[in-house]
Amino acid sequence: MTLILLPLAGAMLAFLFPRAGGRLGLLTAFSVLFSAIALAAVVIGDGVQLHLLGGWPAPLGITLRTDGLSMVMLLVAAVVGLGISLYAAVWFRQEPLNGERFWPLWLLLWSALNALFLSADLFNLYVTLELLGLSAVGLAAVAGGAAAYAAAMRYLLVSLLGSLLYLLGVALIYHACGSVDITLVAERLSPSAASRAALALMVSGLLLKTALFPLHFWLPAAHANAGAPVSAALSGLVVKATFYLLLRLWLELFDTFAPQLETLLGLLGAAAVLWGSLQALRQSRLKLLIAYSTVAQIGYLFMAFPLAAAAGLQAWYGALYLVMSHALAKSAMFLAAGNLRRHAGHDRIAELDLVAQRLPLSVSAFALAGMTIMGLPPSGGFIAKWWLLQAALVQGMWGWALVLVVGGLLSAAYLFKVVGFAFTRARGTHEACPVPLSMEWIALLLAIGSVLLGLLVLPPMALLGVGDPFGLALEAGQ
Amino acid sequence: MNVALFYALTGAGIFTLGLHGVIIYRHLLRKIMAINIMGSGVFLVLAGLARRVPAGPPDPVPHAMVITGIVVAVAATALALVLLLRLLDVSGSVVLPDNEEE
Repeated sequence: MTLILLPLAGAMLAFLFPRAGGRLGLLTAFSVLFSAIALAAVVIGDGVQLHLLGGWPAPLGITLRTDGLSMVMLLVAAVVGLGISLYAAVWFRQEPLNGERFWPLWLLLWSALNALFLSADLFNLYVTLELLGLSAVGLAAVAGGAAAYAAAMRYLLVSLLGSLLYLLGVALIYHACGSVDITLVAERLSPSAASRAALALMVSGLLLKTALFPLHFWLPAAHANAGAPVSAALSGLVVKATFYLLLRLWLELFDTFAPQLETLLGLLGAAAVLWGSLQALRQSRLKLLIAYSTVAQIGYLFMAFPLAAAAGLQAWYGALYLVMSHALAKSAMFLAAGNLRRHAGHDRIAELDLVAQRLPLSVSAFALAGMTIMGLPPSGGFIAKWWLLQAALVQGMWGWALVLVVGGLLSAAYLFKVVGFAFTRARGTHEACPVPLSMEWIALLLAIGSVLLGLLVLPPMALLGVGDPFGLALEAGQ
Repeated sequence: MNVALFYALTGAGIFTLGLHGVIIYRHLLRKIMAINIMGSGVFLVLAGLARRVPAGPPDPVPHAMVITGIVVAVAATALALVLLLRLLDVSGSVVLPDNEEE
C-alpha cells in the first residue's frame, strides 16, 4: 500500500510546490526503492502477501496481492524509476519549466505502475491502466512542439481505445462471473461465448497498449519525440506494465481458452521482431532507432506464448527475464541517447562526431545496453533469449527458433551501425554542449545493471517463483 | 429477447459505431467525440447487464463501475481537448499528420 501512496503523495506535493519538484521526486524515488526492497524481503520470507483495501473482503472489496511476479515487476520499476529520477533531476536543470511539469506526472505514472502491479481486481486494473495512460501521455507532451503534441495525441487516442476495449471485456466477465476479483473469476470462469468475447476484447485492448505489431504505429513517434527521461520511462516501464497485465490475465484466467490465440500472438511477435529490426536499420535518427528496437523486443515477449504451451516454465522465465533486462537496458539506451542529443543538439546517427571520444561513458552505456538487445552473453538479454531459444529447440519448433536467431542478427546490425558511427568524424561541425557527468554515470549504471542480470540469475528467479504464478497455470491446465 | 439483452446489444452497437468513428474520421475533435461514444456504449453494456438474479433488483456494483468510468472519461476528454488546442496553436491543423520518418 505504501508503494502506491508514496509516489501519489509525492506527485501531489510536487504539483503544489513546483519548484521543489526535483527534491521531492528524488526523496520519493529513494523511499519507493526502500519500500520495494522491504516488501521483497517480506515476500521472500512469508510468501504471497494480500492486502484488503478498507478491510472489505472480496467479492465486494478490492484486493492488493503481491506474489513473485508482481514483486519482480515492482523492483524493476523501483530501480529503473530511481535511475530516471536521478537523471531527470539533472536533465531538467536546463529546462526548469518542463521540469516543473515533469515531476508530478512522473510520480503519478510511478504510482499507477505500482498500483497496476499490486492490483488483483479487474476493475481496479482498468483504473490503473487509465491513470498510467493519461500520465504517460502527459509526459510525452511535456517536451512541447508540434511533433511531440501530435505523437502524444495519437498515443492518447490509442490508449483510450485500448482501455475501452479492456473495460468492455471486464463488463462481459462481470456479467458472466458476478465478480471482478481475479481469484474469484478464475474459479468461476469457463469457456463460453461471453468469456471468449471478453478474452478477445481484453487482449486486443492490451495489445494496442503494448504496441505489438501491427498495432505499434503510435509507439516510435511517441517515444522518440519525448524528452530523454520520459522516453526511458515509456519504453522501459509503461509497455512492460501492459504486457505484465496481459500475462497475468492469460495465466490466471484464460490459459486454456484459445490455443490458436497463442499461435497468433507468436506470429505477431515474430513479425514484430523482424519488422521492428528492419525499420530500426532504416532510421537516421537515434531515438527513432531505439524506439523501433523497442517494437522488436516486445515481439520477443509475445513469442513466449506459443513456446510456453508445451515447454512451459522455461519460456515464461525467458519472457520475464527479457522484461527485466530490457527495462534496464532500454532506459539506459534512451538516457545515453539523451546525453548524445544534449551534447550535439541533434540525434542524427550519421553525424555522431567522434562521440566515442567525447562522451565515452554514454557510448559505453549504449554498447552495454546493446548487449542485452542483441542477446550477447553475459547480459540479461542473452539469458532470456537463450531460454526462449531452448524452449523452441526442445519442442522442435524450428520456425520460432529461426526468427529468434535472425532477430538477434538484425539487432546486432542496427546496434553496430550506431556504435560504428560513434567512432567516425562528422562532415560538418557544430557547437558541443557539456553533459554533466552524473547523467552519463546513471545511464552507464543502468546498462551495467542489465549485464549484471545476466551474471546473477538465481536471486531473481527465486523471487519470481514465490506464489507460483506460473505453476498455477500449469496445474489449472491439467 | 429480454430487456437486459436489448440494452447490451444496443451498447455493443454504440461501441462499434464509436470504434468506426475513431478509425474513419480525420478531424481530431470527431475522434475524441467518437471515443466518448464508445465509452457510452461500454457503460450501457455495464448498466444494462447489471442484475445478479435475472428477475431481481439491479446490482449496484456495475453502476459504481459506470460512475468511475464516466469520471475517467471526463478527465481523459479534458486532456484530449487540451492537447488538441495545443496542437492547433503550434501546428495550425486539427488533423494528425501521417507518420513520416525523417
